[in-house]
Amino acid sequence: MSAFLGMPAYAPRGVGHLRGDEPFPAAARHALGDAQLRRNLTKATTTIRAKRASVVAELPDWEELRAAGHSIKTATLRDLDQHLERLESEVTANGGVVHWARDAGDANAIVTRLVRATGATEVVKIKSMVTDEIGLNGALAAAGIAAYETDLAELIVQLGHDRPSHILVPAIHRNRAEIRDIFLREMPDVEPGLTDEPAALAEAARRHLRRKFLTATVGISGVNFAIAETGTLCVLESEGNGRMCLTLPQTLITVMGIEKVIPTWADLGVFLQLLPRSSTGERMNPYTSMWTGVTPGDGPQTFHLILVDNGRTAALADPAGRPALHCIRCSACLNVCPVYERTGGHAYGSVYPGPIGAVLSPQLTGIEENASLPYASSLCGACYDACPVKTNIPELLVHLRARHVEEARAAKRVPSAEAITMAAASWVMSSPGRFRAAQRAGRAGRLVSRAGRIGSLPPPLAAWTRTRDAPEPPRQTFRQWWRAERGDLR
Amino acid sequence: MRIALFATCLADTLFPDVPRATVTVLERLGHEVVFPLDQTCCGQMHVNTGYQRNALPLISRYVETFEPYEVIVAPSGSCVGSIAHQHAMVARRHGDERLAQRAAAVARRTYELSQLLVDVLGVENVGAHYPHRVAYHPTCHSLRLLRVGDRPLRLLRRVSGIDLVPLPDAEVCCGFGGTFALKNSDVSTAMLADKMRNVLSTGAEVCTAGDSSCLMHIGGGLSRLRAGVRTLHLAEILAST
Repeated sequence: MSAFLGMPAYAPRGVGHLRGDEPFPAAARHALGDAQLRRNLTKATTTIRAKRASVVAELPDWEELRAAGHSIKTATLRDLDQHLERLESEVTANGGVVHWARDAGDANAIVTRLVRATGATEVVKIKSMVTDEIGLNGALAAAGIAAYETDLAELIVQLGHDRPSHILVPAIHRNRAEIRDIFLREMPDVEPGLTDEPAALAEAARRHLRRKFLTATVGISGVNFAIAETGTLCVLESEGNGRMCLTLPQTLITVMGIEKVIPTWADLGVFLQLLPRSSTGERMNPYTSMWTGVTPGDGPQTFHLILVDNGRTAALADPAGRPALHCIRCSACLNVCPVYERTGGHAYGSVYPGPIGAVLSPQLTGIEENASLPYASSLCGACYDACPVKTNIPELLVHLRARHVEEARAAKRVPSAEAITMAAASWVMSSPGRFRAAQRAGRAGRLVSRAGRIGSLPPPLAAWTRTRDAPEPPRQTFRQWWRAERGDLR
Repeated sequence: MRIALFATCLADTLFPDVPRATVTVLERLGHEVVFPLDQTCCGQMHVNTGYQRNALPLISRYVETFEPYEVIVAPSGSCVGSIAHQHAMVARRHGDERLAQRAAAVARRTYELSQLLVDVLGVENVGAHYPHRVAYHPTCHSLRLLRVGDRPLRLLRRVSGIDLVPLPDAEVCCGFGGTFALKNSDVSTAMLADKMRNVLSTGAEVCTAGDSSCLMHIGGGLSRLRAGVRTLHLAEILAST
């Protein structure tokens, strides 16, 4: 049989949270004007950066660990199909049921059907990026099933009718005074005298969540790692609320992106060293839960694993873009990114914000649908240095910008003003004679300068002079000086 | 040593004192500087904005112009970073393996100024005198693409009379980022505001760096605020006597 399968599908529109309402520059402008948000973000990212730097510095073999993480991910994705099939057969052999979901719509439908089959109208959830990505909570709500987030930060986001703004600390944009207000407004069982002391806030959340843990019959989780050789799934967390969700309900439904599989337990050893230090700045996270299928008389007696594509094989199909799938969701790149620190996560539109979001979201949705994201970076390179699996994010950004331009060029008859400018600049710069002529023409800028500075330029340079002066072109270019002083001789 | 100067299109056109200062420093140290007149631009703006196809003729031009020279210097970490990390990659992406190999060979002989001085010429004291309070901003591409490390600071510390003050959060980007400064002008400006706040906090008269582009950004902001702080390229301080 031979069939042309074509390009793998992108994540579909209208379901899930991979696309924003407006392009990054416009969304960023709103965020930049929020002084409270800027303060919250600076404080939080500065704190995490310092913690991460100090625990990373403790390990003499940190660079070797990063290289190992990179190699494992590269090799795994090369044979992803085989690792996934191994995972499926091991999970099945251990009493779990594996489902394959082509996209967000498929995954939501499968989870909804599974929950309905139990008769439950409430589920408890562990913090999970992929369930945010596919918009699971909304899909469940539409089916009359209430999903309760049990991670403290996700709970704050959920109670605040808000969206997550960070991969690890989704409520990073909130300070404790704002959290207290949300709890007082949204928690029916909260003490009216609640203060904004962290311990008091945590205690309020603990009491609120405990009732949910004791009554829920279905738990929903994501995974950090899925070990193919034994079919073992692994979740890392700080609070222990995840452990409750994984052990108390009768039914456990786990949703994972297909790139989360790793071949062996030896591989896990590398990532257990890389992830906590990179994400929370801890040597080891407080809770690491692992389970393999079901165990009679212990924990959930029904276990379903849903493997979600939702654009991942499309990303896999581009070898240069593929390293975005290496991400282990530590969020170190967000915390060191000078753009993220100033805009926060909402400006990126997708549940995956920051540098990794800027290279992942456009590949999952198709670049045209997140076209502003690859440009949402000054290419400063801080993310690459921080990435525990050594993903060269700046190089990926440059690659995706090229793909965006090339796809636009292929699709449109009329080139954009930018494309015309770039082609003209290339034509000028490819000839020394034309370049000299352009330099002479540019000296007209001296006519509009005052006291050696230019305060206003026409578009597209107006965006520069809105906030910065431009330099006055000099009387003589360097090459004119050189010819005058040294002649044409080299 | 005979050294070919790549002035960079930006400095050639807008900041001619920077390549002139580069010539001054190298000649003072007894080296011969040549300026191949066929040079134009490294093509980084095109590559980083997504227009790789339009960058190809510029990459070819760079390679053809500088291929005959053993040692090439540019007073820019960013342009040298692009030459080192992008030229061969772009050529290869467009199926020109021969250009990729030639570009890689020329890139290996292309140095940023502080790399050339410290690593190739083995000099830290270039005989400069500059009696002013100076803050040094390590530009992102010199720091993270080229890994120049403390080479520029080692050169600055040997300048007589200089009052070199540490810049808080020095390694954070100034927000330039090429066309990022236009496409994401608001975020760029927010980053610039923090950089300027840190520069001003040092009480420095001069903010220096190894890239005219980043200095154009920081200097453009300081000028707009009438802050009374100047920007000056590393080469210009090293050329002062």
